[in-house]
Amino acid sequence: MVDIKTLHNLERKTLPLIKEGILLSVLIDKSDLKDVEVMRAIQWLENKKLLSTKEEVSVKYELTSKGAESKEKGLPEKRFLKAIKDKRKQQTELNSELKKQGLSELSPPEMGVSIGLLKKNGFVNVINDKGTFFEITKEGEKANFDQLEKLLSNPIEDKEAIQRGLIQKVTRKDKIITITKELSTLQKDAKNYTSNTVDRLTPEMLKSGKWKDVEFREYDVEVNVPKINVGRKHFVNKSIEYMKRIWLDLGFTEMSGDMVQTIFWDLDTLFVPQDHPARQMQDTFYIKDPKSGKLPDLFKKVKEVHENGGDTGSTGWGGKWSKDEASQNMLRTHTTVLSAQYLEKIKNGEYKMPAKFFSVNKVFRNEALDWKHLFEFNQVEGIVVDPNANLKHLKGYLKEFFGKMGFTDVRMRPAHFPYTEPSVEVDVYNPRKKTWVELGGAGIFRPEVTKTLIGVEVPVLAWGLGMERIIVEYFGFKDLRDLYNNKLNLLREMKEWMK
Amino acid sequence: MPTVTLNRKVFEKLIEKKLPIEKLKDRISMIGTDLEDITDEEISVEIFPNRPDMLSEQGFARAFKTFIGQAKGLSKYDIKSSGEKVIIDKSLQDVRPFTACAIVRNLDLDDEKIREIIQIQEKLHVTYGRNRKKVAIGIYPLEKIKLPITFKAEKPEDIIFQPLEGEKEIDANEILEQHDTGKKYAHLLEGKKKFPVFRDANNKILSMPPIINSHDVGKVDLNTKEVFIECSGFDFDVLHLALNMIITALADMGASVESMILEYSDKKKITPDLTPRKMKIDLDYVNKILGTNLGDKELKENLEKMGYGYEKGEVLIPAYRADILHQVDLIEDIAIAFGYENFEEIIPNVATTGQANSFEQFKEKVTNILVGLGYLETKTYCITNHQHQTYQMNFNAETIKLANSISEEFDTLRYWMIPSLLDVLASNKHQEYPQNLFEAGQVFKKGGTETGVLENSRLGVVICQNDADYTKIRQVLDLILNFLELKYEVVKEDHPSFIKGRCARIKAKGKKIAYVGEINPKVLSNFELDMPVAAFELNLTELFKLID
Repeated sequence: MVDIKTLHNLERKTLPLIKEGILLSVLIDKSDLKDVEVMRAIQWLENKKLLSTKEEVSVKYELTSKGAESKEKGLPEKRFLKAIKDKRKQQTELNSELKKQGLSELSPPEMGVSIGLLKKNGFVNVINDKGTFFEITKEGEKANFDQLEKLLSNPIEDKEAIQRGLIQKVTRKDKIITITKELSTLQKDAKNYTSNTVDRLTPEMLKSGKWKDVEFREYDVEVNVPKINVGRKHFVNKSIEYMKRIWLDLGFTEMSGDMVQTIFWDLDTLFVPQDHPARQMQDTFYIKDPKSGKLPDLFKKVKEVHENGGDTGSTGWGGKWSKDEASQNMLRTHTTVLSAQYLEKIKNGEYKMPAKFFSVNKVFRNEALDWKHLFEFNQVEGIVVDPNANLKHLKGYLKEFFGKMGFTDVRMRPAHFPYTEPSVEVDVYNPRKKTWVELGGAGIFRPEVTKTLIGVEVPVLAWGLGMERIIVEYFGFKDLRDLYNNKLNLLREMKEWMK
Repeated sequence: MPTVTLNRKVFEKLIEKKLPIEKLKDRISMIGTDLEDITDEEISVEIFPNRPDMLSEQGFARAFKTFIGQAKGLSKYDIKSSGEKVIIDKSLQDVRPFTACAIVRNLDLDDEKIREIIQIQEKLHVTYGRNRKKVAIGIYPLEKIKLPITFKAEKPEDIIFQPLEGEKEIDANEILEQHDTGKKYAHLLEGKKKFPVFRDANNKILSMPPIINSHDVGKVDLNTKEVFIECSGFDFDVLHLALNMIITALADMGASVESMILEYSDKKKITPDLTPRKMKIDLDYVNKILGTNLGDKELKENLEKMGYGYEKGEVLIPAYRADILHQVDLIEDIAIAFGYENFEEIIPNVATTGQANSFEQFKEKVTNILVGLGYLETKTYCITNHQHQTYQMNFNAETIKLANSISEEFDTLRYWMIPSLLDVLASNKHQEYPQNLFEAGQVFKKGGTETGVLENSRLGVVICQNDADYTKIRQVLDLILNFLELKYEVVKEDHPSFIKGRCARIKAKGKKIAYVGEINPKVLSNFELDMPVAAFELNLTELFKLID
């Protein structure tokens, strides 16, 4: 049972006017409130199931602005005839005659319409006698405009009046109201209900103490309220921040570096052979200009390692290593390039072992965009440079990370990457879908990589995980492109990263 | 990476075992191949590039058989000497100097076996052979050839034969110009004055590697019982390995393999030679890398499971394994034999201090201010469109273009942020206004770095609403700079992307760090935007240096 007290002022003011079967438009006419206020009140009452409304389309005929003008000033053709009632007149004399008679003047368009109509009906003759004169005919004297005038005071459908643009057909959507018993009861209550309920608490009330004498209207607190828009970080960036947090908590230092690199850093320092299929044009974005960059002195050592293994105990790949090939500029294909650069920082003394590094950042692959491929995406990169590190630790770090990402188990499968040995494919168990999902590659860097970059052979655990693939399911996407389509409604309404 | 389709019946016959499907699936993925599909007839697997020896039913089954314990250690092959010769002429020196050859007899061919042989040849060409550049393989019915064989380089006009699937005899130049396969591989002989050619004792041409075989003697069919096989290229060891991969597969089919004498101008070689290579292995090193506690016996077992032999600290590496460069390569195989699934996870107690990148932290602080102001962050690509960054912005700039993008729409690296943000506005015209956005992203231009490309992180901010104007956007910029306690001056400076007289440059400590203003309606109309936009672009990299 709805209490009269909980009704909004607008509802209470509208309530007495409501009758069974009344149209909303009629209600609006009768009410002192603004149209929108009445509509709102009815909407609220309907939400409370005190009444119901049914849409009704009503057809009405109304005066146009021209029609209203004719009603007020008199039909232009009637005025025209009055002006020449006694004497034929030239067009230029008409308005002064009308003024004399105390009638409204004819505007140029009214003049045109009148002449046309009157001629057509044979109410005037046009006489050319040293100028053009209009003369009323016998029919004109008898002319009767009652029917048209009646239409102007009470517009109904009329072909001629519509054609002349005096009357228009108006289709209006209206609502017919059906009331409930409860509403009738409330209406009775409303009669006896006098109160000093107020809608809003104001600073004045607080200052004057008037708040003590009023009662506050109770709200329907269960009703929906309109949405608001907020400032927000991009949801992908929020999950990236979270991943960074995990690595920081695990004692990792964040790496940074350029996206444009020489192939040297991206592949050669990582012992990827120069004729490796992955180097072919289709996988890598090369830079047009500047086409090549400068190589650090380290290249001499890298060349040796590729050709014959250098001092690493490896046979190397054999063949000739080309400096020109390695000097080409490209967009990094993996953030492992940063790992290579940070290993060298250990040699330079910038960092000390044991050291742990991570980055979550962009990498690029020259692929066509489709639902499971992006040409620009993020990689979760990590390395552990620790003389005591081993394959079990690698699984430990991965399991720790993925556990915090909501995956319950991690599985390692054999894989192949030119710069790690052993190489590991990382599968994680998705407890919601009950399946294993492949989410990245990992391994222990080859001595050809570590000895060359650090100067001593130390096991370096390394991983590169697909960031987008880790989060895409959380946000309910199937298509990776949806992560970066920047639809504002999506950015505004996307659920929070709650991990 | 190559996918091979294996005949499941042939495979099961070779491993002498039928495994339940789930077990089969599991073992295939745990041996280090990626299972694509499995049916009653076929197994499709992706073979990683380090294991070209597994690209055939026979090679795959050989590895699998020891892995599941159906056999152990080195596979034994009996190679007889044929005593036959291949004479390698020194004219090949700058052309294609090496070959490794063999004779295989007692082939009992059927359509299935022919398919298998073709598959081995094709897959090796594409992968280990690097599309025939590194290794080109030829297989010829021995019945049609008179031994000995000569390998030499000749002038193209002297090499005249009917190429495989060709209509008539033509010369080498015509083959490269007219024949489909000739055209496809012509680049491999580019710039050579002489082309390599195999001829038999009757001077009949067998083939012109790495391009094509002859139509007469270059094709194996159901009647073929004996074949001559050659691999040609630039590195003898590589060719020998490829040859070993092929002949061991043929031997596993039941054929018998015979060696040949290769008479190089300066030395003699005999191939194939399946004597295993020896490599020392350090058990402590193995256990250190894997975190295991294996003894010598377990080491031996695990190595034998992967098809190796082991004797007193030395590993005997099969002569078809091309991927063992260092003992870590053996360690990986030991790990595979041990079972990747059997390594438990350990979180080691290594004391290191986590350290966030200070610039990244700075960026986060600045963007947090914008979130507080009710701005929405977007995330767009660094790879964008040149026209879009310049012409559409009524602005000229030398952007960094990509050499080989497969998409015309994405041909250049981002020069500045505002175009990316205008793009987002343009694709959201039906969404609620105001649309106030920001993004901190990487921009690229020429500069004096190692690569010659200078990267900066820049913050773009746009206000897009009915009454977007200079004051509103300046207030935001002022707020950020004041929070950073940076002294700066605002200097009137026009920019073609902004309305004349409504654009300013921000300078601090002599550096220009930002543009701010109302976007030129010409630009807005280029983006088909019908709502005013005020924007600023702030160089965060530069700013960070100033406040540091």
